Amino acid sequence: MIEIDSVTKIFTGRGAPFTALDDVSVTIRENEFFTLLGPSGCGKTTLLRVIAGFIDPTRGRVLLDGQDLLSLPPYRRPVNTVFQNYALFPHMTVAQNIAFGLEMQDRPRAEVSATVEEMLSLVRMTEMAGRKTSEISGGQQQRVALARALAPRPKVLLLDEPLSALDFKLRKEMQLELKRLQSETGITFVFVTHDQEEALTMSDRIAVMNAGEIRQFGGPRDIYDHPAERFVADFIGDTNFLDVTLLSSEGSTARVRLSSGSELDVRAPQADLPPGPATLAIRPEHAQITTPDTAPLRGVLSNIVYFGTDTHFHVELDAAGSFVLRRQNQPDQAQDWAIGDAVGVKVPPGVGQVLQD
Amino acid sequence: MAKPFEVHRQTGFATMAGLCFVVLYLPIVLLVVYSFNQGDSIAIWEGFSWRWYVSAWDNEQVQAATVRSLVIAFWAALIATTCAVLAALATTRQERFRGYTFVFAMINQPLMVPEIVTAVALLIFFAMIKVQTGYTGLGYLILAHSAFCLPFAYMPIRARLQGMDLSLEQAAMDLYGTPWRVFRRITLPQLWPGILAGAMLAFVISLDDVVITEFVKSAGQDTLPTYMLGQMRRVVTPEVNAISTVLLAISVVMVVAFYFLSRTKKQPTGG
Repeated sequence: MIEIDSVTKIFTGRGAPFTALDDVSVTIRENEFFTLLGPSGCGKTTLLRVIAGFIDPTRGRVLLDGQDLLSLPPYRRPVNTVFQNYALFPHMTVAQNIAFGLEMQDRPRAEVSATVEEMLSLVRMTEMAGRKTSEISGGQQQRVALARALAPRPKVLLLDEPLSALDFKLRKEMQLELKRLQSETGITFVFVTHDQEEALTMSDRIAVMNAGEIRQFGGPRDIYDHPAERFVADFIGDTNFLDVTLLSSEGSTARVRLSSGSELDVRAPQADLPPGPATLAIRPEHAQITTPDTAPLRGVLSNIVYFGTDTHFHVELDAAGSFVLRRQNQPDQAQDWAIGDAVGVKVPPGVGQVLQD
Repeated sequence: MAKPFEVHRQTGFATMAGLCFVVLYLPIVLLVVYSFNQGDSIAIWEGFSWRWYVSAWDNEQVQAATVRSLVIAFWAALIATTCAVLAALATTRQERFRGYTFVFAMINQPLMVPEIVTAVALLIFFAMIKVQTGYTGLGYLILAHSAFCLPFAYMPIRARLQGMDLSLEQAAMDLYGTPWRVFRRITLPQLWPGILAGAMLAFVISLDDVVITEFVKSAGQDTLPTYMLGQMRRVVTPEVNAISTVLLAISVVMVVAFYFLSRTKKQPTGG
């Protein structure tokens, strides 16, 4: 268990001081796949480097199983890192790279070679053991970097955007591979990414960061279905934002009035929101395209974009703004709408989320 | 349409370039050619012979000066390179400290202070020490050479360190490597080409020095260049050409080796 307790990091250079981490507190559980998600510059990598020991925070504490990490130099922390550029040692072979951490811990030679063998087969690189790291592909380098960091059996594995350099297909493959390695080794993974899809598919829990703060923290479903604020709703997945008036709220439901005058029952992130102007967030796949007469939102179909798996409908709303709907494609689906049609947007009860900024 | 200005298309460019090369290399070519002269003159060709090489080889003064030059160059290169490695680590592997620019300028001081000034200063300084200690050995020359060779050793080593991926050292530290072990297992193996290049450059610079050596040396401590200078004042034979040619060959070999060592290797990438 890692307890990050009010960690603040202010960089003071020649320019103005920059607050990279602003009083961040979070607890990472044992054996979980934990993701720090956010746009570049949000402080996620800084937080990772604080845990690894390459950056000293200005304030705050970091405890690993109750032990103070900040007083230890990086080489005494039971924490290993998979670097963004892999940082494989170019003058060593694949096997020598994997053995490095074990040798630095002065493990017996027999144990080192046994563990290296085990790691090579864990990442399916046994045939490549004698190769130089410059002679293997990017995906293979990635796996060697993983094996090297896992070999000393750290309590925590830190991963700094390790998939960002891989092409799409390989990235999908490595996502599953990482998930498999995490469950096979039982090591806590702390994963840094700016890719929201990666975060949703792999994580047990996600901390969404922005401007040095954790904005929301929870399971992938919580974060996607119940974004707590506009930034989170906007950063994760696609979202339609509508200006509405909050009429009343009770528990986790709220009643809002759209600018078209219709009223809707939606979800509220917290109880007892004060009535007044608010924002309604609706995922494109949660709304349905329909005929205009019964729908709460009406407009003109301005564009239809075919994506293979699904189709996006862009609607210019009569009231104000635009709305995107996503519909999964079925085989032999009739082309039922055309650009320029007057259409309606149906919002099933309880799918929108009201946000107050 | 006017063509863009390209200097190598201008009239007379080839002639000018050719002239520059002639001025640069003709004297050296002549020097090498006349080192094989049969006769006693350095200007009248009388046929090919190895005579002056043999004569230089058999000359005891040349032998002693050569050994002295090599000994001084070896120790100066060793001392300068060791200091240069430490200086390069201090100026690239820690956060910028107060007075960084000052330290950088101090390390490179021999490049900026006129050599004759250093020579006079060292002459006076070492004379004081000689009076105090009575020591008159090669130590003075070795120390003086170490000092002015330092920037030449420092530059390639620093360039190599700056070109090295810092994350490798971080990764090694992350994998339980203590600072000393990280240096030995990760930094040093990758720094070797830079160290060798720096040492070779320092060696060549030391081998070649006249001004400081002339001022600092005690009686009977001629190095090859100061011996040659002394010879020029008396009778000039192609023996001097022969010695020069050998020195030239050594320098060329070293500089070529330096070039190949200091070329940055391609970073390993996947493919």
